[in-house]
Amino acid sequence: MSEPIKPLLTSRYGVKESWKLANAESAGAYATARQALTTRKPEELKEEVKKANIRGRGGAGFPAGVKWGFLNPQAGEQIYLVINADESEPGTFKDRSIMDLDPHRLVEGAIISCYAIGAPVAYIYVRGELAFSLKRLEQAIAEARQAGYLGERPFGVDLGHPIEIYVHSGAGAYICGEETALLNSLEGRRGEPRLKPPFPAVKGVFGMPTIVNNVETIASVPDIIEMGGDAWSLLSRLPGDGGVRIYGVSGHVKNPGLFEAPVGITMRELIDDYAGGMLGDRPLKAVIPGGSSTPVLDPRRKVHAPAEDHPLHKWHGMSEIDVPMGVDTYRALGTMLGTCCAIVMDDSVNMVEACRNLMRFYKHESCGQCTPCREGTGWLVDVLNNLVHGRGKTEDVDLLVNISNNMMGNTICAFADGTAMPMLGMVQKFREEFMEAAVNGVPDGVRHDDSVRGMVEGAA
Amino acid sequence: MAFSLSPERERQVDEILTHYPERRAALLPVLWLCQRQNGWISPEVVNYVAERLGLSTAIIKGVVTFYTMFFDEPVGENVVWVCRTLSCDLRGGKAIQDHLEKRLGCTAGRTSSDGKFTLLKAECLAACGQAPMVQINDYYYENLDLELLDRIIDAHADKGGEAAAAELSTFARFGTPRRNDRLAQASAPPPPTEEAVRVASQPPPAAEASNAGGDES
Ligand SMILES: Cc1cc2nc3c(=O)[nH]c(=O)nc-3n(C[C@H](O)[C@H](O)[C@H](O)COP(=O)(O)O)c2cc1C
Ligand code: FES
Repeated sequence: MSEPIKPLLTSRYGVKESWKLANAESAGAYATARQALTTRKPEELKEEVKKANIRGRGGAGFPAGVKWGFLNPQAGEQIYLVINADESEPGTFKDRSIMDLDPHRLVEGAIISCYAIGAPVAYIYVRGELAFSLKRLEQAIAEARQAGYLGERPFGVDLGHPIEIYVHSGAGAYICGEETALLNSLEGRRGEPRLKPPFPAVKGVFGMPTIVNNVETIASVPDIIEMGGDAWSLLSRLPGDGGVRIYGVSGHVKNPGLFEAPVGITMRELIDDYAGGMLGDRPLKAVIPGGSSTPVLDPRRKVHAPAEDHPLHKWHGMSEIDVPMGVDTYRALGTMLGTCCAIVMDDSVNMVEACRNLMRFYKHESCGQCTPCREGTGWLVDVLNNLVHGRGKTEDVDLLVNISNNMMGNTICAFADGTAMPMLGMVQKFREEFMEAAVNGVPDGVRHDDSVRGMVEGAA
Repeated sequence: MAFSLSPERERQVDEILTHYPERRAALLPVLWLCQRQNGWISPEVVNYVAERLGLSTAIIKGVVTFYTMFFDEPVGENVVWVCRTLSCDLRGGKAIQDHLEKRLGCTAGRTSSDGKFTLLKAECLAACGQAPMVQINDYYYENLDLELLDRIIDAHADKGGEAAAAELSTFARFGTPRRNDRLAQASAPPPPTEEAVRVASQPPPAAEASNAGGDES
């Protein structure tokens, strides 16, 4: 059972009108930024973030402190901070809560981060649908500017550069969450990813060195600076993957939503202790752990790590869902932690249908630059359509694997891998179900909302 | 007829241009301002933006067609986006779409015959924990059942009813009400108030979990 923790990231979510400066401030907002800007050096702050071992919350899990260390601006170059609030990975809904319920935490994190990395301007790129979050952020920024926390001399301090934060709205495109596509979109272009290298830290927005971080990553910075990197890191249950984070749960659980907890709780704890257990107490069939691009977990499967030096040896013989949720542990498990927002499915779900739902998403969202991705996502959907509608052949199951293998690693950005990996995971773990569909199709009337349909329709 | 922005929006364009070192970066924000005024990105809007930002119309059309939220043809008075990605579908997203199609008399991708609603399928809208959901214009409506959905559509169908509908809309919440509890209170209107945000940063104690445990508590 999980030890309850004192909320940090979400500590102001319950404050009345928490999004207003006065209320946020009386609950502690901006004290850390003021102290950091008036008494500490940028280098010290960067060091704290490094010690915090915070792994990027946007999906890839790259250590933020290390990323900041890549900055090496040449004479005449201006550094930019870009905050990724595109939040479009299916299953993910955590960043939105920060912007809606505690926008000042993000603004404070941005101020400290700008000071630490020497960036006079931060852009927050918000997906276009989140008009409400956008407004909240704009209001928060305006209040902070009025209070003198932004502008030429933030908190009255001459930093050698101003700090300004601007909100930039996307217009509906999942790919704009990919950092280089986001930069193109910010520059007024189609959101097509760029070849890397050069990485954004060398050549990012407007050709200048740029740090791109997720909303939750930046919103964690005030706590890291307040507590000190070492202490914050130790809040986690895992080494090298520090702190607390916001977990999300959607799908077939009694109490879907967001929960703050230490890094390293298990999926079983997340579902049973936090999300109230399975809806209708039905059996858990599968869970997609961290957004749709992360390969599915199957609770029936046991961890196989007999060798003592295997990173998962401690959990050898236990179910996949008993492994602590961390960037490295999940990688060792053959999946990814991603955004840490789980999609939970009970035994009413047909996995071929669930897979088809997600692959349709990828087909719709592929930007079309690279042939393996543009064509591959379409082919996957065609094959899955055939399987579902009883037009499939047993060879089709291997065809899904084949197409996926030809997408992996053959494209400009990680979108194709993020499509192929979950596809491969589905076939690997639920092969019988795909074979069954190849022979019999998926019977009409098999719907993955069977276990809840009555609730939706009941009241009408 | 040539398109131009209202004086207030023109001032906003001037302000937006100060945010970026390059004029072109203002393209998305300016297109948004135009669409808010005009409803869609008409050829006249494209010409206006080309002139205002010093870009070719081809570049602007290339950008407009890349993004799903820019409309390159006219839409109804209200645009309904029904989320059909996995988390929503697991909680009844299809039932929501079916009901909307019946209610509005048009299939997804089309506009109702009275021109009041355009119904579109959406991909995950970052509200998965409050599924099923729809977005109508700027508003999110979450934890839907058909009865609540009908009330929302009724409100939007009224001219000037958007404010009333917005009362039923939601923003991100932390710890969502449990579905059956909300259904039990379905007759008791309305909306979770902004103050009533429940913080669930820890597992709810057993007693609370078996009661309401929602943001109405
Ligand atoms: C297809 C694709 C979509 C992505 N979408 C998002 C997103 O919506 N939000 C986000 O923060 N990161 C997203 N990322 C990850 C970003 O590229 C980038 O790694 C991240 O914003 C860096 O921030 P972090 O290190 O703080 O996590 C996406 C990556 C890919 C390949
Ligand atoms: S799946 Fe519908 S909001 Fe995420």
